[in-house]
Amino acid sequence: MKRILLGAGLGMAAALALAAPAQAAKTLVYCSEGSPENFNPMLNTTGTSFDVSLPVYNNLVQFERGGTKVVPGLAESWTVSEDGLTYTFKLRAGAKWHSSNDFKPTRDANADDVLFSFNRQWKADHPFHKVSGGAYDYFGDMAMPKLLKSIEKVDDLTVKFTLNAVEAPFLANLAMPFAPIMSAEYADQLLKKGTPEKLDQIPIGTGPFQFVAYQKDAVIRYKAFENYWGGRQPLDNLVFAITPDAAVRYAKLKANECQIMPYPNPADLDAMKKDTSIVLQEQEGLNVGYLSFNVQKKPFDDVRVRRAISMALDKKAMVDAVYQSAGVPAKNPIPPTMWSYNKAIEDYPFDQERAKKLLADAGYPNGFETDLWAMPVQRPYNPNAKRIAEMMQADLAKIGVKAKIVQYEWGEYRKRMQQGEHQMGMLGWTGDNGDPDNFLYNLLGCEAARPGGSNLSKWCNKEFDDLVVQAKRTTDVAARTKLYEQAQVIFKEDAPWYTIAHSVVHMGLSKNVVDYKMDSFGIHRFEGVDLKQ
Amino acid sequence: MLRFILTRVSLVIPTFLGITFLTFILIRLVPGDPIEVRVGERGIAPERLAQLRHEMGLDLPLWQQFLDYVGNVLSGDFGLSLITRNPVLDEFVTLFPATLELAFSAMLFATLVGLPAGILAAVKRGSMFDHGVMGLSLTGYSMPIFWWGLLLILFFSVGLGWTPVSGRLDLLYYVEPTTGFMLIDTLMAGEYGAFRSALQHLILPTIVLGTVPLAVVARMTRSAMLEVLGEDYIRTARAKGLAGRRVIGMHALRNALIPVVTVIGLQVGTLLGGAILTETIFSWPGVGKWLIESIGRRDYPALQGGVLLIATSVILVNLLVDVLYGVLNPRIRHAR
Repeated sequence: MKRILLGAGLGMAAALALAAPAQAAKTLVYCSEGSPENFNPMLNTTGTSFDVSLPVYNNLVQFERGGTKVVPGLAESWTVSEDGLTYTFKLRAGAKWHSSNDFKPTRDANADDVLFSFNRQWKADHPFHKVSGGAYDYFGDMAMPKLLKSIEKVDDLTVKFTLNAVEAPFLANLAMPFAPIMSAEYADQLLKKGTPEKLDQIPIGTGPFQFVAYQKDAVIRYKAFENYWGGRQPLDNLVFAITPDAAVRYAKLKANECQIMPYPNPADLDAMKKDTSIVLQEQEGLNVGYLSFNVQKKPFDDVRVRRAISMALDKKAMVDAVYQSAGVPAKNPIPPTMWSYNKAIEDYPFDQERAKKLLADAGYPNGFETDLWAMPVQRPYNPNAKRIAEMMQADLAKIGVKAKIVQYEWGEYRKRMQQGEHQMGMLGWTGDNGDPDNFLYNLLGCEAARPGGSNLSKWCNKEFDDLVVQAKRTTDVAARTKLYEQAQVIFKEDAPWYTIAHSVVHMGLSKNVVDYKMDSFGIHRFEGVDLKQ
Repeated sequence: MLRFILTRVSLVIPTFLGITFLTFILIRLVPGDPIEVRVGERGIAPERLAQLRHEMGLDLPLWQQFLDYVGNVLSGDFGLSLITRNPVLDEFVTLFPATLELAFSAMLFATLVGLPAGILAAVKRGSMFDHGVMGLSLTGYSMPIFWWGLLLILFFSVGLGWTPVSGRLDLLYYVEPTTGFMLIDTLMAGEYGAFRSALQHLILPTIVLGTVPLAVVARMTRSAMLEVLGEDYIRTARAKGLAGRRVIGMHALRNALIPVVTVIGLQVGTLLGGAILTETIFSWPGVGKWLIESIGRRDYPALQGGVLLIATSVILVNLLVDVLYGVLNPRIRHAR
């Protein structure tokens, strides 16, 4: 039995003791909110689990720190063919793998690793496909199996992806957490030893931090990787102290037991803002909460009714009462941090007189009866749907619309709404890849308007659909921006949704944390972060 | 004695079956299965859903799932966690020592404080001390654990800086788990700094978890003592001219302990239940915190296995208490 200062375990004792004497080492403690499911983001869908593998792995391309722009990762450059169907990635030469007690890499990262990492998720006959349950949710959700035609190794440092159709967000998809590059050599060794599942538990990557040890439900330890291609990190050690209770995370931050904490209690935000011993960062989340009008059902097939409802609801009051400081009113279906967000659009005013007139024009001078669905659970984009529904109900009553609140168990709720059973109902979306396509095509395109599809309003506007499909098939960002801006104008005019709010995400930081950037995707990255001592 | 133990053990089997059935059914009554909880807004294609359900064995009729489960458990197989894919038993064994350590130290705290407080209150019946102890124990008994924990953290950890906020050991130390009991492991490693840190980390959770049992033990001891102190043999002992301390210590306490031991045994269940909340507040990596997460993720095997194993330990403790009872009071042993 041994004991080592500042991390250790798994036999990294000697290396660590040399690398980081206790007094001088810079250790950043992050009070994370929960335990990871494992250390392989291919298998996961939650931010909590993504966070723990991000320090270890690189993708071919990655999102810039704090933004949604795609920048080089393990691939230092790439080219897209004229027809937009072939992506050729040039890998970085000399990108080193981490090592552990059980694994000493004999080579740098190369094309075989890329093939391994994608084929594991893609090919059902791959020896690792079934390992650890083999559910590659995101790979499937981003339609990768449908999209990919082939992945070929051109030479050791060149990989060619061929697609079945032009898909502009493809590059952004590759930057998502589900597409890390793992070591094929490590995997082979594990397979030979008969312990393939260790690949998902003891991660070996090329990233800025090297995994050291995980004490279940308590602490995860990393140390800076000396040979990181992007340069050694300013921090020596990174520690995740798993702290599920938000009030306790705040207490730990105050007591300097950790230096960064996510997800504060909304009720603590005012106190945190006034607290001079810490820094409270905030950013609009990459999400939207909305009320969908089912345009296939009366009376919402009439755009005048949809507009009338949009004018009858007091958005500011809802956001103030329910989101408090953790939300901003939404006017567009995409969040303001996303490129192509159309600032020029004006929201419907809160004007119940005009709403009544519109209803009368549409043939409902005395209003009508409708259902109003509300999620039974708290979601990042809507902390209390029931409360919002009650406020909506009260507002609607003033223009003669009688709304009945409907709730189902969460899984059932989503399924029924996707089937289009509701007249009016709330839901929302959190962005995956930072691409407007992920919102506009997925949630409002004609393809998704089928029963069971995620276009809950079942709204299929030809003009809108042409724009978002065209944008999907165009790789030039400037051209795409124009198309999406136009699409948002049509969306607002035709009002298939009443956009409610985007959440605002907060992070508590100690004053000595330097250069931490909040991530647009709601994940937490520590590359480049430093501590003043 | 052996026969007595065997009879008690045989009674345990139906209890096990009942618990297994209850946990199995209850978690399935909670809306949403492990797959639906996972997919969120995104939804899932019906074919993929069917495939996953099949892989997890959730497409079988409930009775068959139950029988399979009981069969597996009887052969010592608690299944794999649906989320981490690790054997449930392994996870439990990793985490349970942390819970035990906390529960044990809370019990020790409750007994060491509760017993003398109860005795003194009984001896000084009607005094200010008696009223104080009874008032405090009523307050302690009614204290909401979450609120109490946060209050102590804010006062002692954030305000005064005397104790760490949460966790089990200062992050400066890393001790390879051998027994899983941090106090023992740090001592075995010869790391006295780490031992001290582990001890400091134990203080607040011990107080929070031990508060309810402390109140119960104090009240129970007091009333048992009062009853015994009124007995004839106590009067006789006093009449013999025995010293007051001897009367209370030898004659009264031993007899008063019998109901107290029963209550302490019963408190083990309360302790393990309370540990779920206490562990969540203090980020204590035990089975309580693990179970809470398993509920959220609808991790059926982890939950069923966890509850069953905890129930087993409660049953075992109760068995032990019954046996101890016999040791304390020969009349009970011989009567059976």
